Amino acid sequence: MRTAESVLAAAHPGAPRPWGRWGLRATAISYLALIIVLPLSAIVATGFRDGLRAFWNDITNPTAFAAFRLTLTVAVLTTVINAVMGTLTAYALVRYSFPGRRLLNGLIDIPFAIPTLVTGVMLVVLYGPQEALGAWLQARGIQVIFATPGIVLALLLVTYPFVIRAVQPVLLEMQKDQEEAAYTLGASKWVTFYRIILPTIAPGIITGVLLTFARALGEFGSIVVVAGNIPGRTLTAPVHVFGQIESQNPRGASALSILLLALSFGLMLAVDSLERLRGGHDAAR
Amino acid sequence: MPHAEARQAKPRGPLEWLLIGVVVFYAAVLLVGPLAAIFWGSLSHGLGVFWRAISVPNARSALWLTLLLGASATVINTVFGVVVAWVLVRDEFRGRKLVNGLIDLPFAVSPVIAGLMLILLFGRNGWLTPVAEALGVKLVFSLPGMLLATTFVSLPFVVREVMPVLTYAGTHQEDAACTLGASSWQTFWHVTLPTIRWGLLYGISLTLARALGEFGAVLVVSAGVSGLTETATLFIYRSLDDRNQVAAYSMAMVLALISFTILLLMELFKRRADEQ
Repeated sequence: MRTAESVLAAAHPGAPRPWGRWGLRATAISYLALIIVLPLSAIVATGFRDGLRAFWNDITNPTAFAAFRLTLTVAVLTTVINAVMGTLTAYALVRYSFPGRRLLNGLIDIPFAIPTLVTGVMLVVLYGPQEALGAWLQARGIQVIFATPGIVLALLLVTYPFVIRAVQPVLLEMQKDQEEAAYTLGASKWVTFYRIILPTIAPGIITGVLLTFARALGEFGSIVVVAGNIPGRTLTAPVHVFGQIESQNPRGASALSILLLALSFGLMLAVDSLERLRGGHDAAR
Repeated sequence: MPHAEARQAKPRGPLEWLLIGVVVFYAAVLLVGPLAAIFWGSLSHGLGVFWRAISVPNARSALWLTLLLGASATVINTVFGVVVAWVLVRDEFRGRKLVNGLIDLPFAVSPVIAGLMLILLFGRNGWLTPVAEALGVKLVFSLPGMLLATTFVSLPFVVREVMPVLTYAGTHQEDAACTLGASSWQTFWHVTLPTIRWGLLYGISLTLARALGEFGAVLVVSAGVSGLTETATLFIYRSLDDRNQVAAYSMAMVLALISFTILLLMELFKRRADEQ
């Protein structure tokens, strides 16, 4: 006797039997619910547990607000520099052959692999006030470690690959003929770049920029050793959240977390819809 | 990207050389400088000092714990990652898009916030503390909590690397195997798995790299007892606090070397995946 189930199974023979399919689906969903949805709800509930007014006070108290403002500032700065340098680097790597091109291309992914705390340690070794270069710079009035430049440097290093790896595949697919046609017809190199190349690679740049920004908002490991964490001056939002956890203030920690999460999750959604528009997945690498 | 390798032109004008100069200089200052610094910082006192710094009992147990946590989180995320990827690609159900969006959340969450989540769930007065107590597990300030934190932050990689490969491969071969009488498990083991293997290995390496280097989330949920619940990154952090630069730099060097190794493996897997 053929049951409805066996008919279904015969229609899609590659799929597991319905009970297996249900089991897999249930496993996947409950795993994600347990490890993502539940923790997220806990943060939202804790942040708002004493009402909206308390939440508002938590995120507008001077230290928290200054931390959030600093995080936004350095994130924007990092994103702008990364957008320009990332695009130039991707362009040079795709279009020109030069000595060391392969080596450079291989080096780009290093920040993905290296622990961010180690990145911070590297910067301290290089620019720390007790080290040769750091002392030399300090004698000339430039302080990198325990100051804002160190934070930006750490963020630039940690987010270095994002724009490059998002722009590279787009540039590779782009037809070079257009570029050459424009150039042959008398357009200057700058006009060619501005009119032909930039519009084509813009979606790649935007993807990379959003990933950079989201990452810069949440970065902790490299910043905590580089920044010095002086409240009101070099204390970033994630480090402030850490401080609130340490001083047994889960509500305050949650409130600032909600703010950061809303910002970066909104950005991730933006990236996602952008990628769906383009129909690619390479950019995430 | 083999098809693109042949297209690079020799730079012609001064503007092009300037562009290359700027790009290389930027990479040198940003990347190569710090990398060289950590080599110098950890090895300038000689190999003996480096070796002693990483072979004291606390350092060895920290490294061991990092490897243990990294390997466990990677195993968990590999198994569940393949299941989730399969369900998202092959299965149709209401809310699939939402689930798909949720996967990326750990990328958008600061590791500190990931740690905070665990404290809220399993800490004092936590939502799940009664459940955990009834089961007799202590999840915060203990190893299970650190494992949970590490698993959370490295969750998306396997899913995100396996999904495109599964989509691209389609269902023809799985259907054929099944029609020929293979069980679901045989189909998965002999048909699906070989198809996704390079993408999966790439995802596994990303997971492992991220898990071994996790710091923020683990810092929040660990009691950081030296020699017991101290990972390699926590060891570095504490050493910096104690002004024990030699220990911090040496351990950082070890983690950097492990990352390079994983990165080389990743290049290999990516090339194989592209060939496929």
